[in-house]
Amino acid sequence: MEELKFESIAEIIECANKSQRKVSEIVLEQQANQMEISQAAVFDKMRETYSVMVQSVESGIQPGVRSVSGLSGGDAYRLLQAGKNGKDISGGVFFEALVRALAVSEWNAAMGCIVAAPTAGSCGILPAALLSFQKQYGFSEEDCVMALFTASAIGMVVANVAYIAGAQGGCQAECGTAAAMAAAAIVELCNGTPDMIGHAVSITFGNVLGLVCDPVAGLVEIPCIHRNASGVANALVGAQLALAGIKSLIPADETILAMKRVGDAMPVTLKETAEGGLATTPTAKTLYTQVFNAQEGTACRDCNGCNS
Amino acid sequence: MNVFDIVGPIMVGPSSSHTAGAARIGFIAGLLLGEPAVCAEIKLYGSFFKTYQGHGTDKAIVAGILGMKPDNPKLRDSLEIAKAKNLSITISQANLENAHPNTAVITLYDAGGKSVSIQGASVGGGNVEITRINNQPVSFTGQYVTLVVIHRDVPGTIAKVTEKLSARRVNICNFRLSRNQKGGTAVMTIEVDGTLDRDVNDSIMKLPNILHSTLIMPN
Repeated sequence: MEELKFESIAEIIECANKSQRKVSEIVLEQQANQMEISQAAVFDKMRETYSVMVQSVESGIQPGVRSVSGLSGGDAYRLLQAGKNGKDISGGVFFEALVRALAVSEWNAAMGCIVAAPTAGSCGILPAALLSFQKQYGFSEEDCVMALFTASAIGMVVANVAYIAGAQGGCQAECGTAAAMAAAAIVELCNGTPDMIGHAVSITFGNVLGLVCDPVAGLVEIPCIHRNASGVANALVGAQLALAGIKSLIPADETILAMKRVGDAMPVTLKETAEGGLATTPTAKTLYTQVFNAQEGTACRDCNGCNS
Repeated sequence: MNVFDIVGPIMVGPSSSHTAGAARIGFIAGLLLGEPAVCAEIKLYGSFFKTYQGHGTDKAIVAGILGMKPDNPKLRDSLEIAKAKNLSITISQANLENAHPNTAVITLYDAGGKSVSIQGASVGGGNVEITRINNQPVSFTGQYVTLVVIHRDVPGTIAKVTEKLSARRVNICNFRLSRNQKGGTAVMTIEVDGTLDRDVNDSIMKLPNILHSTLIMPN
């Protein structure tokens, strides 16, 4: 088979359609060739990755999780308890995904061990989607691990033709990519066609164009943790619409390039410098002082992160 | 790039670019020095400088210099570990132009006074690009098995090094040479497909006109 360069979603879809195989199967085969190891070895490594995702959900969902700064933690547990108390208004896989996205993100902020997918700031979205579908619909671990290959293919294309760092393209590049990857994984898990994967990616990405990266006090906590919940919700929107046969008239590859153009046009104050957006609100400035004065008295001396 | 660069790395939070990527740049710097560092001058640029305390970028770079991988749970205690090992650290703002917003310039010294300086950028998702070694332009990501060979700019040196690789039937996928002046010091960066045994690096070290050779394994 011709080697894919992972620079085009259309090329991956065409390859899957031509060979009548799943995107994940093609990606696994190609990666094994590239790394010069067996497909079984690549699969096992991805299964290990998936097990770290499972661990990060289990750790993050416990009561008492707190970030080093003290600004975040406990929301996943709070949401889980609300669900148990009959306050789940969204229901089913959607509600479960929100809980798990918060759990992994909060565990990350607590300097716990997570899988960057594609980044740490957006690490809750993909595990939340896969684990919630596995639990709600009884998919096997193997199915979920294979879906990670499909998700990876989307992420590789974005990284190759645009970027996945908030410092380069804002939150759209991080949580947007994670959501598009999760949407692709869900579509394949639910037996959608390769074309549907393309539409899901385009719809999901299109929904977050322009989303800025404005971390309060420069920390991957506010608003990042809640944006992970929002990201998995967006992935469910993209996957659900695409699985219903709804199409994005703008092809996924063009949407990804649009994301890059928007990111390029975004001022640097809104790209992970903590110099704009939520990071420069009066409350954010107060929080900054609280965190860094409490932690290290010298913090403000040589950091102008909050313009204070 | 492969799937584990995107769904991965497995890492200690909170930021893939500002924590895991930073740790990798520090790790590569430590590898290139080849001996335990006693002094580290860390200069940070752009978002790296503005937000390093919040993201633990300083802790991550120091952890990397100490040989820790991004998933090492001791990463968060690296500054204390460095103190215990008598590694002195300075952190300041880097004055660079047109650099990637997450760039670090790290200069390390060992007890014998030998030093190495690298400039690297954390380009997202924990992935890095090393752009300078000892102020000479290079370009590698550490995603492939990579050899960094610092050598005297003498005819035949490249052939002798690549001969060691061809003897093992190792395929070179990227090769780059950079030198400060004719007959001066040069840096060869060689990225190869598949894997490479450490003894190949040892045999390159023994070649004439080689000042230092470092094998960098992915992840």
